[in-house]
Amino acid sequence: MSVLVYIENRDGQFKKNQLELMSYAKKISEASNQDIVTLSIGNVKEEEWARLSAHGATRVLNGENLPNQIDNEVFAQALFAAIELVQPKYLILSDNNTGKALAPRVSVKYRAGIVSGILGLPISYEPFIGKKRAYSGKAFAHVKVNSDLKVLTLSPNSFEIKESSGNVQLEAFEPTLPTPKTKVVQADKQTGKLLLSEADIVVSGGRGMKSADNWGPLEELAEAMGAATACSRPVSDEGWRPHHEHVGQTGKIIGPTLYIALGISGAIQHLAGVSSSKVIVAINKDPEAPIFAAADYGIVGDVQKLIPQLIVAYKELKQ
Amino acid sequence: MKILVCISNVPDTTTRIKLAGDKKSVETNGVQWIINPWDELALTRAMELSEQNAGSIQSISVVSVGDASVEPTLRKALAVGANEAIRVNLVPADSYSVAVQLAEVVKQENPDLVLLGIESSDFNSSGVGAMLAELLGFASASSVSSLELSSSGLTIKREVEGGTEQLECPLPAILSVQKGIALEPRIPAMRGIMMARSKPLKVVEPVAVEPLSEWIELELPEAKSACKMIPEDNAKELIRLLHEEAKVI
Amino acid sequence: MNFQLTEEHEMIRQAARDYAQRELIKDVIERDETATYPTQHVKALSELGFMGMLVDPKYDGGGMDTISYVLAMEEISKVDASVSVIMSVNNSLVCYGIEKYGTEEQKEKFLKPLARGEKIGAFLLSEPEAGSDATSQRTTAEDKGDYYLLNGTKNWITNGYTAGTYLVIAQTHPEKRHKGINAFIVDRHAEGISVGPHENKMGMRSSDTHSVMFTDVKVPKENRIGEDGFGFKFAMKTLEGGRIGIAAQALGLASGALERSIQYAKERKAFGTEIANHQAIAFKLSDMAVKVENARNLVLKAAWLKDQGMEYGTTSAMAKQYAADIAMEVTTEAVQIHGGYGYVKEYHVERLMREAKLTQIYEGTSEIQKIVISRSLLKD
Repeated sequence: MSVLVYIENRDGQFKKNQLELMSYAKKISEASNQDIVTLSIGNVKEEEWARLSAHGATRVLNGENLPNQIDNEVFAQALFAAIELVQPKYLILSDNNTGKALAPRVSVKYRAGIVSGILGLPISYEPFIGKKRAYSGKAFAHVKVNSDLKVLTLSPNSFEIKESSGNVQLEAFEPTLPTPKTKVVQADKQTGKLLLSEADIVVSGGRGMKSADNWGPLEELAEAMGAATACSRPVSDEGWRPHHEHVGQTGKIIGPTLYIALGISGAIQHLAGVSSSKVIVAINKDPEAPIFAAADYGIVGDVQKLIPQLIVAYKELKQ
Repeated sequence: MKILVCISNVPDTTTRIKLAGDKKSVETNGVQWIINPWDELALTRAMELSEQNAGSIQSISVVSVGDASVEPTLRKALAVGANEAIRVNLVPADSYSVAVQLAEVVKQENPDLVLLGIESSDFNSSGVGAMLAELLGFASASSVSSLELSSSGLTIKREVEGGTEQLECPLPAILSVQKGIALEPRIPAMRGIMMARSKPLKVVEPVAVEPLSEWIELELPEAKSACKMIPEDNAKELIRLLHEEAKVI
Repeated sequence: MNFQLTEEHEMIRQAARDYAQRELIKDVIERDETATYPTQHVKALSELGFMGMLVDPKYDGGGMDTISYVLAMEEISKVDASVSVIMSVNNSLVCYGIEKYGTEEQKEKFLKPLARGEKIGAFLLSEPEAGSDATSQRTTAEDKGDYYLLNGTKNWITNGYTAGTYLVIAQTHPEKRHKGINAFIVDRHAEGISVGPHENKMGMRSSDTHSVMFTDVKVPKENRIGEDGFGFKFAMKTLEGGRIGIAAQALGLASGALERSIQYAKERKAFGTEIANHQAIAFKLSDMAVKVENARNLVLKAAWLKDQGMEYGTTSAMAKQYAADIAMEVTTEAVQIHGGYGYVKEYHVERLMREAKLTQIYEGTSEIQKIVISRSLLKD
């Protein structure tokens, strides 16, 4: 019996979210007294294995010859092969695009219940009950899974990275896979930018930023702080920022450590998407803006004037 | 080409969620119900495609799994432009039970393309699309942000971790779509509302299914403590508090 | 008795609400300030079928009942009464007048483009010296055998500049007084028509209100509505329905102000608690809500009577007078609840208050409505 975790690499590296996931799987394996088996697909840089080791990985099914991004159906077949091999009690994935595409397929194939976007450790193991967001962050649901195999997709930033001693042993994983029905004809990488879902700090702009041209200082602040940039719905609707930056009920739901809302009034739909942030900072010229009711720290003032001051103050702090 | 759009009936996005007495569901009194925003984008894209590719799309159907209370939402989809609606008469327990019902409908209706939102704004499970794909063995992609018809099927863009990919996808196919796939959702026109009166809304009985998970309890987020206000001329103080008090930078 | 709206009514209400809250809200403050005509919104609302929503589908209308129209008017007016007045004039004065009393040829030629919203209509009754008193028309329509010759000036004409089609009320037989009045369908761009400057108004600033001058304008005989001398009755009958539109507009101004006040009272804090928790504010909200509910019931009753083909003139006068008067009261209280914020434009309620004032004045002042109501009470 084991815990199977799929650790995804990006350009051969394991990002912060994946180390969270590794730490999480390790914790579940200890709590439920099971071995931990890690599945990796695609080519991983040599030095990365040590990092995985340091977060509890031992046995690794290394599908290094499998393509990194493949057709969902074929990808799922690889996952099925790993499941057949290790007969896990738990399958753990990230609650990201990959996890959302694969976990439901496993669920169907093995009649396994899922807790998608599980927030941290379960409420109970026997019976298995996990907590997840519902109503787009306006509530939480306790989900009970009855099946033997439990599929969990871990919500980013909901479990702290923990170092633990592991000892990675790579085991070649070469399942025979069917021909994919879809064909990737072009791939565009989002280079250099921190992914919104993976960021600890998110700097976000709203309609109060006034125009697309005013984003320079906001990006500068984000870069100084090592933060990802985001925006509210009106901003992406106006085309000031791309859709993938929209956070809120109908955009991305995020839970960073620090969320800085600049010129965002805080419509209920927006708040739903960011309410699980650990700390929320709001800067808005309107003292009545609902964002202040959701924020931990607030300044009533002009964002254009304050952003440069924040950059200076932050740089001073870091010196 | 025949398109089937799966829609879920959810509380309006401005709804303040209150728990019902059983703590397992939400108070529905006074709630305005709408088409799940992501499903609405799927429907909007289906309409756009049918307008841009005159004659190549024969029909757009919508389907929802639920009791009679989902019918107004289905009729709104008809008013917006769908040709027919199907309701599977079951209050679903989890994503799997929805997917199993939808798979039956797909087998009956034989659409070439099945579209649905990446998630619903109530359960947020993102499960149904991929489950349906696995049940039916159709070509599929999720997190799709662009969709065009091509000579061999579909050209799509999907979001993957750290980027986007363009894919050629044959038919039949199942796509879970997200923001960017379509322009603004449409407001039904008077003519559409009038025409919806005579469009068919078919009710079918569910097939037997065992849910794989259940929601046993709901809780609301804890109320935030009061916001600490900092004077406008003191950005430095904010940074200090974030560092020393909140310890987040 | 049944107070339940149908599912279709709800859908129409929601469609109007979606458009108002999603689109109109974006630039309403700017349009008010610059008094800019909402060209794009009129086009979009036409495409959605709101500009001719009451017209029979065989004349390219939306085929909806008056209840639906009231619901849509209320939702649009919550955000922008300048847009809803365009909708009201087109629907309940111009389209209704032609559909109800026009010939088949007139409907084919003039009603269809109006119902599609390709052309917008204007209703030209008021004159510099005859506002509420419609019997004393100074504009003349001289019978020249195969055409009429129109001369005179009309005032306060909504859609005066942008309209494509005018409905003009003019005197043909002065000796017969109001029995000599006729109504004509006139092409806005006919020779001899000149339009005065945009009136710089207190509210409804982005609807285009103008005076219109006629100098020897030839109007074909076939453009007269009804028998010779039908004009006064035509105007009065058409205004009965028009009152429902303006009553619904006033209702929307009031209910929009109430919605904003409730929201504000739940967010704004004073003396350590949300102001909604202060009885002074809570009771204000309660009083406003009762008025809004009364107005809504009255307006819907008038609409229902009209849909049933029953007499609705007195009820629509009651609805118009009451809704307009409470719109003034409720929007004023809304500004009060908002305090200083109520007095600045970003919070919308000051605009609603300025707009509410006009609903007590146009399409029959509150005083004129009282004349209509009292006459019906006192007649033998």
